[in-house]
Amino acid sequence: MIVVEVRDLVKDYNSLRAVDKISFEIRKGECFGFLGPNGAGKTTVIKILYGFFPPTEGEVKIFGMDIKRDAAKIKRKIGVMPQDENLDFELSVIENLLVYARFFDIPVKKARDSAKNLLSFVGLEGKEDVNVRTLSGGMKRSLLLVRALINDPELVILDEPTVGLDPHLRKDVWDKLMELKRKGKTLLLTTHYMEEAERLCDRVAMMDEGKIVELDFTDVLLKRYGGNLEDVYLKLTGKRLKS
Amino acid sequence: MSIKRAIRVFQRNFAVYKKLYKSSIVLNFVEPILYLLAFGIGLGAYVGEIEGVSYIRYIAPGIIASSSMFASTYECTYGTYVRMSFQKTFDAILSTPVSVHELILGELIWGAFKSLLYGSIIIVTLLFLGLVRSYSIVLLLPVLFLSGFVFAEISIMCASVVPGIDSFNYFYTLFMTPMFLFSGIFFPVHVLPDYLKFVSSFTPLFHLTNLCRAYASGRLLGTFSDLLWLFFFSFVFLPFPFLLMKRRVIN
Repeated sequence: MIVVEVRDLVKDYNSLRAVDKISFEIRKGECFGFLGPNGAGKTTVIKILYGFFPPTEGEVKIFGMDIKRDAAKIKRKIGVMPQDENLDFELSVIENLLVYARFFDIPVKKARDSAKNLLSFVGLEGKEDVNVRTLSGGMKRSLLLVRALINDPELVILDEPTVGLDPHLRKDVWDKLMELKRKGKTLLLTTHYMEEAERLCDRVAMMDEGKIVELDFTDVLLKRYGGNLEDVYLKLTGKRLKS
Repeated sequence: MSIKRAIRVFQRNFAVYKKLYKSSIVLNFVEPILYLLAFGIGLGAYVGEIEGVSYIRYIAPGIIASSSMFASTYECTYGTYVRMSFQKTFDAILSTPVSVHELILGELIWGAFKSLLYGSIIIVTLLFLGLVRSYSIVLLLPVLFLSGFVFAEISIMCASVVPGIDSFNYFYTLFMTPMFLFSGIFFPVHVLPDYLKFVSSFTPLFHLTNLCRAYASGRLLGTFSDLLWLFFFSFVFLPFPFLLMKRRVIN
């Protein structure tokens, strides 16, 4: 089953073409990754997918619905973990989750139960009443993940989910994402860490200057070009993932 | 557009405000009282009576107007800007089913509510000090919400075009402060030269001040046109916060 269907998507900012006629599909239950350096257009693509930016041209369908017409319905079934730590820093952990759950019309009791389960899923059990400001960087990212899952989304969109984390914390996040995949969630992530893409993604779209330069199963790409995904990217674009 | 989702945005801001009100409410409450004391008692000793009442009684209702105005404008300039640019709260909210229009409506309602809240606190204080005579003052409450909505509209328009947070200084120095000084809070506008009188009568604060003064003294006749003006402003400004803020947020 196709969850995301994108045809000839273009996004212009004034005179700058940030996304240049890309097409792709994401299937139910897979982990799909956009790999590319900063500025390749990855974040713009996902912001279009969750209805933040309107597309300049092209068609975006999620769960069979058009993002331009049915954004609210689509967003009900999506969870977004942003790159920025845009938590409510005046509020406690549980208050952050309850406020966010209200945007989805989730009843308080149900939201509390889900919050409890999800917090223990990421190892934040017992932190309900802690002020968000006092959490460590890793804990803040875990809370962002919990917040993205509070509406039990079918599609989870993760923008650079481990950016700025220590290697061991990064592995913790990867484990959680693998577990989500096993539970049947469809995952879409952007990253500029080739190891992250290799570990997590079934399929990878390599992005450069707003275009998808290659899109295939991760193992197929590795076999076809040899080396690791960093080498593949270098061969295809002449550029490194980290500038 | 779903009003319910706009209310969710309001509720989010209210939840955060509940954490902070103890530190902020005192400041918002002290400043108007200082104006009242300095001008009402200090300057009032020399001024004598204006329109048949002591000077402190003359300016007291105007202080309701100004403090409710500033509550909404501070909230929807600095507050909105911080939520939009620094805390990225807007990004978080827009990744939920809330649309950008619902978000902006929520911010407008929030600004209007703060006007109502801070205006009410001043009303209670003035009642306590015996500076308000008529219980028709309760009729002012919906008016404070309406005028707060107008000031929120103006402020969000401003927040959506400023290049940075420091630029609000221009808005306050060139627009808000003159309005505060020349809208009939401290002296009757009819003493001004004709052209200033004319400009003043086109500001929302002028009409709000008229209404505050009338309702504080129980003179309800002759205030209908002021009320109409406030409805007129809220209606005419309405499209612009949405258009401008949408352009700002998604570009």
